[in-house]
Amino acid sequence: VKIRVNGMLRESEVEPRLLLVQFLREVCGLTGTHVGCETGICGACTVLVDGNAVKSCTMLAVQADGSEVTTVEGLSSNGKLHPVQEGFWECHGLQCGYCTPGMIMTAVQLLERNGSPSHDEIRHGLDGNLCRCTGYLHIIDAVEYAAKKGRT
Amino acid sequence: MSVTTENAPKVKASQGYFGRAMKRVEDPRLIKGIATYVDDLKIPGVLHAEFVRSPHANAKIISIKTDTAKKLRGVIGIFTGADVNEKVGTIPCASPIPGGKTPEHTVLAGARVYFVGHPVAVVVAETRTIARDALDLTDVDYEPLPAVIDPEKALEKDSPLTHPELGTNVAFTWSLPGGDVDGAFKEADSVLKLRIVHPRLTPMAIEPRGCAASWHAGESSLTLWTSTQIPHLVRTLLPGLIRIPENKLRVVAPEVGGGFGSKLNLYAEEAVVSHLAMRLDRPVKWIEGRRENAAATVHGRDQIADNEIAIQKDGTVLAIRSKIIADVGSYCQLLTPAIPTLTGLMLCGCYKLKAVRVDVTGVHTNKMSTDAYRGAGRPEAAYMIERLMDLVASELGLDPVEVRLKNMPESTEFPLTTATGLLYDSGNYQHALEKAQELAEWPKLIKERDAARKAGRLFGIGVSTYVEICALGPSKIMAAGGWEWGCVRIEISGKVTVITGATPHGQGQETSFAQIAADWLGVPIEDIVVLRGDTATAHFGRDTYGSRATALGGSAIVMSIEKIVEKAKTLAAALLKSTPKEIEFKDGKFFVNGDGKNALGWGQLASEAYIAKNLPPGLEPGLEASSFFEPPNCTFPFGTHIVAVDVDRETGQVNILKYIAVDDCGKQVNPLLVEGQVQGGIAQSVGAALMEHTVYDENGQLLTGEFMDYAIPRAKDIPDFILGSTETPSPSNPLGVKGVGEAGTIGATPAIANAVVDALSPLGIRHLDLPFTPERVWRAIQEKGGGS
Repeated sequence: VKIRVNGMLRESEVEPRLLLVQFLREVCGLTGTHVGCETGICGACTVLVDGNAVKSCTMLAVQADGSEVTTVEGLSSNGKLHPVQEGFWECHGLQCGYCTPGMIMTAVQLLERNGSPSHDEIRHGLDGNLCRCTGYLHIIDAVEYAAKKGRT
Repeated sequence: MSVTTENAPKVKASQGYFGRAMKRVEDPRLIKGIATYVDDLKIPGVLHAEFVRSPHANAKIISIKTDTAKKLRGVIGIFTGADVNEKVGTIPCASPIPGGKTPEHTVLAGARVYFVGHPVAVVVAETRTIARDALDLTDVDYEPLPAVIDPEKALEKDSPLTHPELGTNVAFTWSLPGGDVDGAFKEADSVLKLRIVHPRLTPMAIEPRGCAASWHAGESSLTLWTSTQIPHLVRTLLPGLIRIPENKLRVVAPEVGGGFGSKLNLYAEEAVVSHLAMRLDRPVKWIEGRRENAAATVHGRDQIADNEIAIQKDGTVLAIRSKIIADVGSYCQLLTPAIPTLTGLMLCGCYKLKAVRVDVTGVHTNKMSTDAYRGAGRPEAAYMIERLMDLVASELGLDPVEVRLKNMPESTEFPLTTATGLLYDSGNYQHALEKAQELAEWPKLIKERDAARKAGRLFGIGVSTYVEICALGPSKIMAAGGWEWGCVRIEISGKVTVITGATPHGQGQETSFAQIAADWLGVPIEDIVVLRGDTATAHFGRDTYGSRATALGGSAIVMSIEKIVEKAKTLAAALLKSTPKEIEFKDGKFFVNGDGKNALGWGQLASEAYIAKNLPPGLEPGLEASSFFEPPNCTFPFGTHIVAVDVDRETGQVNILKYIAVDDCGKQVNPLLVEGQVQGGIAQSVGAALMEHTVYDENGQLLTGEFMDYAIPRAKDIPDFILGSTETPSPSNPLGVKGVGEAGTIGATPAIANAVVDALSPLGIRHLDLPFTPERVWRAIQEKGGGS
C-alpha cells in the first residue's frame, strides 16, 4: 500500500487483514492512535482519512491505499498546537489521556463541518467517542474554545 | 492555611500556586499523541502473549490440545496450568476476613474453570496476530457443570458449589455490632424496611489492562511495565509469586489510561507474563482486549441489602440493621472482602445514628470477582442511607431535606465518633446543603415540580447529602501500610525534582504536586519536575486509590521541603557568617534577618551543597530529603447533590433536567482539577443510575461483554452540571485537603435515584432498583397503571 500519513508517503507490503490502526502503530510507529475496543465503538482510534473521521480499527490498511491519513501526531504544525489541542489543554479536556487523540480528531472534523456548533451539536458530534474520566463537559468546553479560536 | 496548630506547616506557602486553577503540565505529551502507554513501548525482540479463556462459567477441563497451534510458524510456546501453576505462586487477597474460606487462586486454571474469561492457557508468539491465530487452534474440551449465579440461591442448602472443596459458597461473614441496636429498635416509634439491590458494574477504563516484562539475565532482574494504579504494591506482592527477591524487581506504571479501582489489583496475567519473560529469556507483552477486560478485570458493587430503620415520629433516625449479601464472584482478589465492610462502616452517612448493626455475607458465584470500583463500598453505603432517609420522609409525610437536617451533627460536634466507630474529622454538612439549595434555586424548583405534576408530568427532585472516607489511611487500618512517601531534590543547578510514591494516572498530580512544591520552596513552577510510577525512582510508595494521593502524597512532599529548608538555613548561615536561627526564608531566598540584599537563592545554595567546599562542620553535602507521611486519621469529604428529572410516561426514559453538586473536599490545590474529578465522578454515576448493569445469564454467560452491550455514558447522556464547593479543611494533614477522586460518584447515584423515585411517587412507587433504564421504569409505570 501507499498511504500518505501526516504528509509523508509510507509504502509497505501488508497482509490483507492488517487494520489501518495496526499499520499506523506498528508499521509507521505512530502510537498516538490508541485501541480501546476493536469494535468501532469507543473511538479511541479515530483518525482522518481524506478529511473524514474514521475509526481506524474498523478499516483495513489496504482500504486506505492511496489515501491521505492524518493522525494526532500530524495536527500541530511548526511546533504550534492545533486549536483543538490547545482547547483540550486550556479547558482540562483530558485526564488519563487515552481517549484524547481520537476525541481530538473527531473534534477537528466536527469543527471543519460546523465552525460554531452549539453544545448540543458538540455532544452529537462526539457521540462516537467514549471517555470514562472527564464526564465530557470539559471536552465540550475544549471544542467550544477551539471553535472560538478558529473564528478569530 | 487554616489547619490545626499541631499539623501546621513550618514553611509558609508563597506565590499563590496552591489553590489556583492551572492547566496541567502533563497534557502536552498526551494531546500530541507522544505519551507512552504500555502498548506503546518499543521493546526489541518482544514476544506477544494471548490467553486462552474459558467460555463456560463452571466446567471441568477434560483436555487441552495444543499440538496444531504449536506447529503454527511463529508460535514460541503454549503453556497450561499444568506447565505454570507449580512454578508460580497463587494470587493473594490482602484483606482476608478471619474465618473466611479461600479457594486456591492459581494463575491459570487447574482442573476446573470458575468463570467466563478464566485464563486456561497462554500462547506466546512472535506477533500478536500469530498469537491470536494460535488461540483459535487451541482446543480445550470442557465438561460444563451447573453454574452458581444468584448469590441468594447460592446460600440455599441444595445449591451447587462454586468451589466444592470449600464445602460452602460462603466466602466470609463479617459483623459490625455498632452500639445498642436492640435498645434503639425498642425505643423506636416505628420500623421501616427496604430491600436495596445494588447492581454489578464494570469499570471499563478506556485503556484495557496490559503489561510487558523484560528479564535481564546478566543482573538476574526483571522489569515489569504494567497498566496499574499500584506499582509499589505489585512490587511488594509479585516477588513471592515469581520467586525472585524484591530488590530484583522493578515495576513501572507508564502512562495509565484510567483505572477507577480496576487496576488496583495484582492480576494473574501480570504474574504469568513475568514468569514467561524469565522462563523464555525474552521480553513478553500482553495487551488485554475489550472483551477480556469486560470478563476478566474486576467488577464492582453487586450487593443486596435488607435494611431495617428505627425511627421516631418526628423524623429522628435511631438505628439501622442491615444484612448485606455481597456477590464476590469466583475468587477474592486483592481487596474483595474489604469493599462490603467499608459499606458497613460508612452506613451512618452524615447522620448521628445511635446504633448500626451490619452483617455482611460474602458469597462465591461463578462470575468475575468484585473488588474496588470508584468509591469502593462507599457508593453502596451512601445509596442505602440516602434512599432510607427519603423513605423515612415519605413514610412520615415530611420534607426529605428537613429529615436530613434533623439528623445531622452540627459543625461544632466534630471530630465526631460514629456508631460504626469511625472518627469523622471535620464537617459542616448544613452549609453544603444550604449552598446546593441556593444554587438549585430551591423554592423555584419546588414550584416547578408542583406545576409539572399538576400538568400530569412525572417530575421529581432528589437530594443526597453524603459523606465519604478518603486519604486511606492510617497504617493501622491498611493491610500493607497506609503512609505515603515523597522525595524532594534540589539539583546542583537549582532545578527541583519531586518524586512521589503515589502513582497518579490521570488525576493530574504532576501539576498539583508541582504547585505545592513551587509555593513551599518559592521557586517558579517551570523549574519543577514531578516523577512518579517507577519503583526504581520512587523508592517507596503506597500508590493511588481511595482518593489518597494529594492528602498523603502531597503532605510527604511538604514534610520533605521542611527538612530541606532546615538544612539550607544551616548552610546559608555558614555562608552569610550568621547562625541558622537568624536566617529568614522567604520567597525562595535565605537571608539574615532584615538583610534582603545579601540573600542566597536555591541555585547558589544547591551549588554550594553539592560542590561542598564551604560546608560547615558536620553538614552533609547535598540538598535532598525524603519523608514518609503517616496520617493520624482518614479524611471525610462530604457534600450535597440535588437533581431534577423528568420521566417520560410513554417510554420510561429519564431525563436529567438540572444537576447541582456542592462538594467539600477541604482545601483545593487546583480547583480546575477538582472540577474535572467531580464531573467525571458524577458522569460515572449517571451511567450507574441510568444505564450500566453487568449481566450474567442463568448459565453464567456474560451478556455485557463489550461496549455494544454494556452502555457507558456518551456526551449526549451528560447534562450540564452546576457545581459549587465549600471548604472545611481536614485536620488530618498539613495541607488541609480531603480528597475528591470519588466524591462525584458517591453523591450522584442516590441523588438521581431519589429524584426518579420522587418523580414516580404520584403513581405509588416507593422504591425502584438501579439502573433506571427506560425498560425498567416503563415496566414500573405499567404495573401501577400509570402509562398514558
